Amino acid sequence: MLQVDNLSCGYDSKFVLQNINFKIGDGELLGVIGPNGSGKTTLLKAITKVLKPQKGRMVFDGKEISQMGFKELAQKVAFVPQSSAAGMNMTVEEFVLLGRIPHRRQFQFLETEGDQQVAEQAMALAGVLELRERFLSELSGGERQLATIARALAQEPQLLLLDEPTAHLDIGHQVKVLDLVRKLNHENSLTIVIVLHDLNLASLYCDTLILLKEGKIHSIGTPEEILTYPVIEEVYRTPVVVKTNPVVSKPLICLVPEAILKAKSNQLNRTDKG
Amino acid sequence: MNKRLLRWLLWILILTGILSVVAAFSLCVGSVRIPFREIISLFHREGSNIEHSIVFGIRLPRILLGLAVGGALSIAGVILQGMFRNPLVEPYTLGISGGAALGVCLSILLRLTNTLGILALPASGFLGAITVIFAVYMMSLKKGLLRIQGLLLTGVMISFICSSLIMLIMAVSRIEDLHGIIFWTMGSLETSQWFLIKIALAISLIGLIISYLFSIDLNAFSLGEEEALHLGVNIERSKRLLFILASLLTGCSVAVAGIIGFVGLVVPHFMRMLVGSDHRILLVASYLSGAAFLILCDTLARTIIAPMELPVGVVTGIIGGILFVYALTRRQLIPLGDK
Repeated sequence: MLQVDNLSCGYDSKFVLQNINFKIGDGELLGVIGPNGSGKTTLLKAITKVLKPQKGRMVFDGKEISQMGFKELAQKVAFVPQSSAAGMNMTVEEFVLLGRIPHRRQFQFLETEGDQQVAEQAMALAGVLELRERFLSELSGGERQLATIARALAQEPQLLLLDEPTAHLDIGHQVKVLDLVRKLNHENSLTIVIVLHDLNLASLYCDTLILLKEGKIHSIGTPEEILTYPVIEEVYRTPVVVKTNPVVSKPLICLVPEAILKAKSNQLNRTDKG
Repeated sequence: MNKRLLRWLLWILILTGILSVVAAFSLCVGSVRIPFREIISLFHREGSNIEHSIVFGIRLPRILLGLAVGGALSIAGVILQGMFRNPLVEPYTLGISGGAALGVCLSILLRLTNTLGILALPASGFLGAITVIFAVYMMSLKKGLLRIQGLLLTGVMISFICSSLIMLIMAVSRIEDLHGIIFWTMGSLETSQWFLIKIALAISLIGLIISYLFSIDLNAFSLGEEEALHLGVNIERSKRLLFILASLLTGCSVAVAGIIGFVGLVVPHFMRMLVGSDHRILLVASYLSGAAFLILCDTLARTIIAPMELPVGVVTGIIGGILFVYALTRRQLIPLGDK
């Protein structure tokens, strides 16, 4: 579906991403992880043409993205940003209907019956249909994020990009949002690229992970291959303990605060002396 | 959706009604009071009596110009506020009005009317507006992108520079010119040029139609620029065209009527409270109510201390400012985006 060849991209003349190569097949759920400033969001921005690549090319469904117009791209690729405060004075339904903009004909000012139906399906899928009359400002952060996903679904995309959709959400809503993402991937066979900060969530929900380090791809693989303690300690420069999740056999990353690390090594030293 | 369409049509009907009532009121009142029934009969028969010339020679032209200018300034405000997602942006704050005023002052100082005729003032006002737009635009374009924050700051600075230069011109100008400059910088709908009125009307109506073509883009803009781009809006092109459109509307308005502030700020703000922030209704509603607001202000300006006349810009400033402060204290500014 999407092939990225030798992509280099950045702001002004500074490179943020260098020599990125990867491929997403139809129906994959790909997670992008990496420390702050490693270029995760920049990668998504390059795919949606917010940023122009300085080198390399991206081919979507046999067509180069740089050759596609914004409208054409928006009919195929939808983007869900990190929680945003935009559109507060709209109702959920009006907000979701904005997702139909890429499918409008010229001089079409009003939504068609079809637009209305697609928007309703999208709201139902995201579980916000009963909130349709409410204003966005009245919703919780989690509900707003679900509404944003519904808006992206109203675009009827082939590829859905999500940029840290669970940031600032409580664990209940984190699971709700990611369960929805998973369901869209499994049941509606939507191809998905999701940027995640939380390694445990990435481990639980993604089939394949791309680990970025300083603008380059460090490694690509399954969560079991990527989320090992030597890799994480190297990329994130922080000690971790990796266990197997007791609920499902996926890697579980435990953080180790410095104080505990010191106490442990003191203990070890004492036992050495003793 | 049908419910929403019905609501929009109802608003258009109500506002058209208000506009008609205001226009009719404005035809009737003044230094000579003419009953409405008589005005209707004036429309039917040719005549050369005083009432006929008051209605058709003085009041009707002002009403039509008020419609054109009030509507144009309001939609320029809606466009700019939608683009910048900032409810405080209007032609005035972007320095467009300032540039136009400077152009007119220069032409009064240089007595261009003597050489170029009566059209010298509007033409130089328009040139001034276009020059400022071009300067603001080029400066913010330097980075390759039309950056909104930069644009706003540059506009405010240019506004300051222009008003300082106007002060300078006033300081060195002859006393007989001073009156013209002052009157012009405060705005007036008085004109005897039917030709100008027709042009102003045509431009403001065409402006409304063109801006309406961008109403969906403006709705997408309310989510932020990147989000609009993700919805397939070619944001750089839309911003460029909308910016030029808003400037044209302002340039023409200032050129024929001088500086009339606050219309572009207050009218869109109140309409957003009443009809919502969907630009498909907001543009039309603002046009109609902006026209009604300006005609009403002008009627007040020429009746309050009749037979003397106040500059209409002073009236819009006072009424608009008070209304705005009142609205601010009652509720928060309607948020336009992620501010």
